[in-house]
Amino acid sequence: MTRGSLLRQVGALARRSVVRTLRQPAMVVPSILFPLILLSINSSGLESATMLPGFPTDSYLQFALAITFVQGALFSAMSAGTNVASDIENGFMNRLALTPLRRVALMLGQLAGIVALGSIQAVTFLIVGVVFGADFATGLAGALVIVVFSLLISLGFGCIGAFTALRAGNGEAVQGIFPLFFAALFLSSMSLPRDLIEQDWFRTVADWNPVSYMLECIRSLMIDGWDGEALALGFACAGGVTLIALVAAASALRTRMVRT
Amino acid sequence: MSEGAIEAHGLVREFKKGPRAVDGIDLRVEAGEVFGFLGPNGAGKSTTVHMLTTLLPPTAGSARVGGHDVVHEGPAVRAAIGAALQEAALDPFLTGREHMKLQTAMHGMSGEEARKRSDSLLERVGLTQAADRRVGGYSGGMKRRLDLALALVHRPRILFLDEPTTGLDPQSRTALWAEVQRLAADRGVTVFLTTQYLEEADVLADRVGIIDQGRIVAEGTPEALKAEIGRPSVEAIPAEPEQLERMKAVLSRFGESVAGSTKGASVRLAGGDAQLADVVRALDSEQIKIQDLQLHAPTLDDVFLAKTGRSLEGAAEEAEQEEAEQEAVAA
Amino acid sequence: MSRGSFWTVARAVGWRSAHNFFKNPAIIIPALLFPMFFFTAFAGGLSRVDSVPGFDYDGGYTTFVYGFVLLQASAFGGVFTGFAIARDFESGFSRRMMLAASNRGGIIGGYWIAALARAMFTVAVVTAVALLTGLEISGSPIDIVGLYTLALLLNAAAMLFGTGVAMRMRTMQAGPLIQLPVFLIIFLAPVWVPYDLLTGWVGAAASVNPITLVIESIRGLLTGHPTEVLPAFLVAALLVGLTALWSRGGLHSAERVA
Repeated sequence: MTRGSLLRQVGALARRSVVRTLRQPAMVVPSILFPLILLSINSSGLESATMLPGFPTDSYLQFALAITFVQGALFSAMSAGTNVASDIENGFMNRLALTPLRRVALMLGQLAGIVALGSIQAVTFLIVGVVFGADFATGLAGALVIVVFSLLISLGFGCIGAFTALRAGNGEAVQGIFPLFFAALFLSSMSLPRDLIEQDWFRTVADWNPVSYMLECIRSLMIDGWDGEALALGFACAGGVTLIALVAAASALRTRMVRT
Repeated sequence: MSEGAIEAHGLVREFKKGPRAVDGIDLRVEAGEVFGFLGPNGAGKSTTVHMLTTLLPPTAGSARVGGHDVVHEGPAVRAAIGAALQEAALDPFLTGREHMKLQTAMHGMSGEEARKRSDSLLERVGLTQAADRRVGGYSGGMKRRLDLALALVHRPRILFLDEPTTGLDPQSRTALWAEVQRLAADRGVTVFLTTQYLEEADVLADRVGIIDQGRIVAEGTPEALKAEIGRPSVEAIPAEPEQLERMKAVLSRFGESVAGSTKGASVRLAGGDAQLADVVRALDSEQIKIQDLQLHAPTLDDVFLAKTGRSLEGAAEEAEQEEAEQEAVAA
Repeated sequence: MSRGSFWTVARAVGWRSAHNFFKNPAIIIPALLFPMFFFTAFAGGLSRVDSVPGFDYDGGYTTFVYGFVLLQASAFGGVFTGFAIARDFESGFSRRMMLAASNRGGIIGGYWIAALARAMFTVAVVTAVALLTGLEISGSPIDIVGLYTLALLLNAAAMLFGTGVAMRMRTMQAGPLIQLPVFLIIFLAPVWVPYDLLTGWVGAAASVNPITLVIESIRGLLTGHPTEVLPAFLVAALLVGLTALWSRGGLHSAERVA
């Protein structure tokens, strides 16, 4: 297999992944709209929380914008998982398996669709945030870092979705992980900074939850400025989740596509 | 002895928690032949095809396709074969042309070559007009035709078709048959076709292998298999249901009983269709009034029946019921 | 049309729909999990919010959150019944019911009975968990009857709204169209903080949202300091009346094609 044709395979699969993702408005639109609706409701409904002593900013929108990126990634997970499950259920994966396709090309191709959706989400959330008054303490450079970081989270969550689909082979299992993601998002520093969480058990869960650090990484870029520790923790968590999920998904693909 | 295009020896496939789906299959398909693999749902046809197309490793036994071992030379086998499997395996969000583009890219074809090949195949299967429409809007027949075109992209010498006309309307079915016959006749492609339709095997296949519960129960040309059974069967339904047992007793004098309608009885005429007149006379002399009397020439279903004791259609219903029961237990 | 046949039909339809719910873990579990989850996440994660200056509620944040979760569980119990009706239409089962029923209004009555049963079950479980984790109900018995009656009235209103949509659309695509308005109406209200602390557009929306009166009233009844109870009941009754008309229209629409 020459590098030339591997690239061609990845290119063709990536193109397919992007096209079929963007041709499903019923998946794309809610993945952008819901986080924004929730942002709107939360930032207005919880504005008074900014009056708490120790709250890092006087705009709840500024605080809550970070949540949209993680929620967007959640939708990426569901979309990636559902797409992979469809391919398995309708036999498309078998069709691909009968070609000289390399598994790595299939993985990379699938990820392209996630990156496409994730990019649209990230840019939209940033623009909406700016339009409604959010500030970026780190300026344009920080905004770009947020986009890259958001893509990393989308990739990680997307791989979790793909892994689930490859292990279970059906769409119901993918739907079944939604509550788990939901729980992971809520049991974090989603609504209040960790040091303002009163209940010990909740704070402990949030301390151990990688999603807390992902949110705090984005918030630091918007509110605090360049904070090395927050960035390191955030990227470590997002990178760690992505790496583990990628390896798991690749392994599940090997089992699913059991051709000789 | 020269190698066949497809050869299998003692092919077995076991799944966890279940009986053997394929229980020791031997077969040989010559190059250029159309081989029909006939059997009810659940007989092991698709599992066999998956093993021969390298999608599933056999639990035991061996097979060679296109001169290559399916287990140890997977990529070489895949280069020699094309397959249109049971599911149409299409992405509803892509157009027909986009499918062709993807498939040609997978096979390493460059831009111009890929485009020419796509156009040519789309024309051949009559999808040029619909090529730029999303497959989600295609009819069942159109999907099957695209499926076939995709299987032919890399000019395979051997083609596997897994129940290619299930669920199609008669017109689409006939069109697909014509294309398969053209492939075999004009281009010398070896075709391995699985089906549950007797007529399809009869019309298309040079030779037929009948599979039931994971094993081949009969193999040969359709004519030879039917000639083996040889004799026609007569089916009678009494006008008065109370006379059924007496009617059965009369009929049993003329040959062995075979499965048929529950309202009546069927026997295979030991002496051939010449005995029909005798049957009528015998029933008349016993004053058994007959509502319906039919003479059936032997069919592949009769062959199946003779080998397994079940009718192919009955076996299909049985398999469906078993599947439903298993699903209920699992749920 | 006899009143007797209304109840006969309603009992039969209600039994079947409730039976589907109670025998199906795939339906019961999410119906229980979501309110419990909201309760845990809000009461656990946001409890510091009651330290915000001006947060005027003497029941503690857990009780405050419980008021919202009670509302959410009741309203969504009605929504899920709407989903069940949409599914029945899509599968063709509704046609069977419409042909068989001697009183078609009884069909809606039956779905209402099922929605009530679901809501009471869900609320009972959520309340038990809340009591174990810090909920304090200091209201009098009358207050308690009042607050749960309000919740069940909202359950009925949500169910009737869902029925109207489901019977007009007659497919599962009705799902989001039932869920989204109910979701918005309960969230554009004093969810995390009292009404007086709401600002911005949600504050403006809450000022015209009938649910605001209902939820503030429920919270007042929980602590034994009822406020605006009569207006809350009037509003709830009005919602039930309007949605009943809406669902009646839906039934007529479905009858035209049955």
